Amino acid sequence: MYNNRKYIIGLIFIAVALIYIYKLFSIQVMDSSYKLSAESNVFRKVVDYPARGLVFDRNDKLLVYNESSYDLLATPNRVPEFDTADLCEILGTSVESFKAEFQKAIKHSKYKESVIFKQIPKHRYSYLQEKMYKFPGFEVQKRTARKYEYNAAAQVLGYVREADQKYIEANPYYKPGDYVGVAGIEKSYEEQLRGHKGTKIFIVDVKNKVQGKYKDGIYDTVAVVGLNIQSTLDIDLQEYGEKLMQNKVGSIVAIEPSTGEILALVSSPGYDPNLLVGSDMAINYPKLLADPYKPMYNRALMACYPPGSTFKTINALIGLAEGIITPSSSFPCNGGFRLGSHVVKCHHAGSLDLVSSIQHSCNAYYCYEFTKLIADPKYRRADSAYSNWRRRVQSFGLGTKLGSDLNQESGGILYSKDYYNRFYGEGHWTGYTIVSLSIGQGELGFTPFQICNACATIANRGYYIIPHIVKKIEGQESIDPKFLEKHDTGIQRDYFETVIQGMYQVCEMGTGRSARVPGIEVCGKTGTAQNPHGKDHSIFEAFAPRENPKIAIAVYVENGGFGATYAAPIAGLMIEKYLTDTITRKDVETRICNANLLDPNAQMK
Amino acid sequence: MKQRGANVFRSLDWIILLIYSALLFMGWFNIHAACYDDTHESIFDFSMRYGKQLVWIGVSYVIVILIMASNFRLYSVLSYFIYGFMILLLVAVLVVGTKTNGARSWFEIGPLKIQPAEFAKFATALALSKVMSAYNFDIKKIPNLFMAVGILLLPAALILLQPDMGSVLVYASMIFVFFREGLWSIIMWLIALGVVIFVTTLQYPLAFVMLGLVIVAGIWLLAFGRSIVEILIAWGAVAVLTGLLWVANHYLLHDKFEWHYLIVGASLILLPGVVVYSYIQRKWSPTFIWLGLIACFAVVFSVDFVFNNIMTDHQQTLIRVFLGLEIDPKGTGYNVEQSKIAIGSGGLWGKGYLQGTQTKFNFVPEQATDFIFCTVGEEWGFVGSTVVIMLFIALILRIIYLAELQRSAFARIYGYCVASILFFHFAINIGMTIGMVPVIGIPLPFFSYGGSSLWSFTVLLFIFVRMDASRDELL
Repeated sequence: MYNNRKYIIGLIFIAVALIYIYKLFSIQVMDSSYKLSAESNVFRKVVDYPARGLVFDRNDKLLVYNESSYDLLATPNRVPEFDTADLCEILGTSVESFKAEFQKAIKHSKYKESVIFKQIPKHRYSYLQEKMYKFPGFEVQKRTARKYEYNAAAQVLGYVREADQKYIEANPYYKPGDYVGVAGIEKSYEEQLRGHKGTKIFIVDVKNKVQGKYKDGIYDTVAVVGLNIQSTLDIDLQEYGEKLMQNKVGSIVAIEPSTGEILALVSSPGYDPNLLVGSDMAINYPKLLADPYKPMYNRALMACYPPGSTFKTINALIGLAEGIITPSSSFPCNGGFRLGSHVVKCHHAGSLDLVSSIQHSCNAYYCYEFTKLIADPKYRRADSAYSNWRRRVQSFGLGTKLGSDLNQESGGILYSKDYYNRFYGEGHWTGYTIVSLSIGQGELGFTPFQICNACATIANRGYYIIPHIVKKIEGQESIDPKFLEKHDTGIQRDYFETVIQGMYQVCEMGTGRSARVPGIEVCGKTGTAQNPHGKDHSIFEAFAPRENPKIAIAVYVENGGFGATYAAPIAGLMIEKYLTDTITRKDVETRICNANLLDPNAQMK
Repeated sequence: MKQRGANVFRSLDWIILLIYSALLFMGWFNIHAACYDDTHESIFDFSMRYGKQLVWIGVSYVIVILIMASNFRLYSVLSYFIYGFMILLLVAVLVVGTKTNGARSWFEIGPLKIQPAEFAKFATALALSKVMSAYNFDIKKIPNLFMAVGILLLPAALILLQPDMGSVLVYASMIFVFFREGLWSIIMWLIALGVVIFVTTLQYPLAFVMLGLVIVAGIWLLAFGRSIVEILIAWGAVAVLTGLLWVANHYLLHDKFEWHYLIVGASLILLPGVVVYSYIQRKWSPTFIWLGLIACFAVVFSVDFVFNNIMTDHQQTLIRVFLGLEIDPKGTGYNVEQSKIAIGSGGLWGKGYLQGTQTKFNFVPEQATDFIFCTVGEEWGFVGSTVVIMLFIALILRIIYLAELQRSAFARIYGYCVASILFFHFAINIGMTIGMVPVIGIPLPFFSYGGSSLWSFTVLLFIFVRMDASRDELL
């Protein structure tokens, strides 16, 4: 009776066994996610955070270092009832935000530790340490925070902050909680400065209690401290520049012409770099962003101004190179250059030769020279002549990104012929149409950084080395070879001597006499950038000494009027400071330091 | 006397003994791995569970020898007495038992802890076999069926009072015994259908469930020898009528009714037609099946109603987690998740003996008792797990094979009881560790740590082995 039912029962049993075997196959062999979950269960990876590399100036003065800072961690299941208000007072935070962080930690995991409070300042930490016994389940993790020795060079040095989600996604090295340089040297040399994180892998049980090292630590890695970097900055010069620029908007760029090393890069107003450190950053960062003078904006690298008369040196050199003029060429100047009813005015008497045209900054001279250049019969059309001129300008590093290791550079404005062809129509424009380019006005925009580099090119009599901020990286033979390479303009050395003679006379007896430093042959050129929004910007470019120049400098003072008013004396003081380390003209220094060109009505945004 | 004893050990089924021993020692090694820590390295450390388990294993072999040395007729004769004694123990444990984890399930006699519910299984199996092997017993007779079920319900009810839900559910496995002894197969089907309806109703949109039932009903018609054409016509009629109802519902009632109501409506409208058709054909199976279909709809509606309108949110969550519809990473769902992680991380060959991290560091709960299979999965991998499953199935099939060879109905029925109980434990325990069955706390026979469960399974199994050894002595 019912004998065959044994088969049905047997089949049901076998079917269940087969289903189980299939299920086991799928979770054990096919699906690897369980292996990962198992790892995340038992492995506790403890990251060993390395200290970032230090930054020194060119004279080995320490600029940036690290200070111990502490993060507070909590393992929720080990935290009994505790006095929240007491802990919050020690940390200097509000109870609400602390509780919110604690809830987040519980949500993350009851058994695993989470960071509750970041970057406890040193003074609070020592107090907290005494009280830690009152707060079981909490522990502190040692981190480091950046510390800046000088209240100077903030925009050059940059700052670090916690890597955000977007950055982490793009750069898998970084994990939440890691710090990353986001501006200046901190950003450009992030890879060298950050060092390499180490990891220790521990095995933990279900209560997150450490049970030992995984495989006796064979997979552990040691943290490697970041490399130290020597910057090309001269921090004394930098500080002095910032002092001179106080209460003014503008920039100073100083470069050592023979090497391209940036000696100073001032963007005013600046800020105290220590404002953007640790937990203070959250408060100060929005404040800096809201400041109407935009202290975070690096004007020296990013702000484009018309070069004004400083550009005449470039046009003179191009004219010489193209054979449009010779050192002895002169153009009739009767107080200006007439273009129909329009007059480009001059402020000196008589017709001048090339040297004098620079000395007196003769507008007419360059208008004639430039229109002749664009009408050069060598080129069949104006636009070809223009393109050639543009190429020459670019050979001074103007109108292009120089490619320095400060990666916030603007390229500047120097339109190609297509722009004018589009604007005026092909064949419908001549040198007269764009004559304002001859005196550095019109559709031109160069950064102080570019102008300083062009000045260094003149100082070098024909070549430049891409300006750079880093002199030496610990353990590396040399810096990037591109910072050793000469970029030649292809213009004869003699021509430079002529222009330099003019620039010398500018400081001796021309428009830039206020830059004159006793005992030093300073060569310079004033400039005034027309500003449609207000008072013109005062510009001065200079290098010194005349032979074997040690420093090339560009100074921009926004709304400073003529180049001679503010920019030239500032350049003079900077040169004196750098070359002699003393200031003889204290009266000039005092006048500059006390000058306040800020708009008293500017409002915080 | 001596002669007889020698006979017994000669005719003992060595295959069962071998598989039994293999499972016992594999269990012991896995308990060692699950409880192992650096401070108690020796597997013979008697302060640890694996040390104790070795003692329980030793005692088990003594039990095996004692049973094999006993008279095989004893069990049939004493079955009611043993059953009665166990019932008394179950009552006693409710009064004087020790409360652990909220259940009064244990007798504590000095260092010894005994769980009577474990031993109630073999006692109930004996009593059930006795009842069902009686001359003239027919499971299809309602009074007989009630009597058999009553034998099960008495201990089940007492265990439920402890409460120990897992041990109660074990008695449900006797459905296989009833089936073997001639219970209507329709009951098996209905139980299967009920489970499927319950699970699918909570899991899928009702319209799908209804549609599925219509399709199943058609297939069932096929089983009753109806022609394919007839079934296609029936399906077509439901489809067309549902479509018409949808049009009416959409344009006249602005979609007042949902799809599942339309399908049910169509089936109800078709019912008179089916009855008339059956009458003409003089075959009533279509009507029965159609009524069955409508009954199933009613079950779906009531399950849905009870779940959504009567149960509290908490109960709903429990059931959802139970069915694996919702993950509750901190509750029972957490246990299952950790259990799956442990097993899944074992891979093909496993991490090796004592190399498992999930079980050793207590990520898996109850890793030496109910979740012992996790250690197998983690340390011995897919290969080891499959070996264990195959050993169990081999043991169970061997028991069924031997049961069918028995000349006495008592021994055969008892054999099926043993196979069913072992299968239930095996299926529920392993199924729960791999997340295919709700978490019901019952041990894996011969594997899980614990004297009571090991001894009770030993007694359960070897009473059958003892009877089998003497099967030829009966004429």
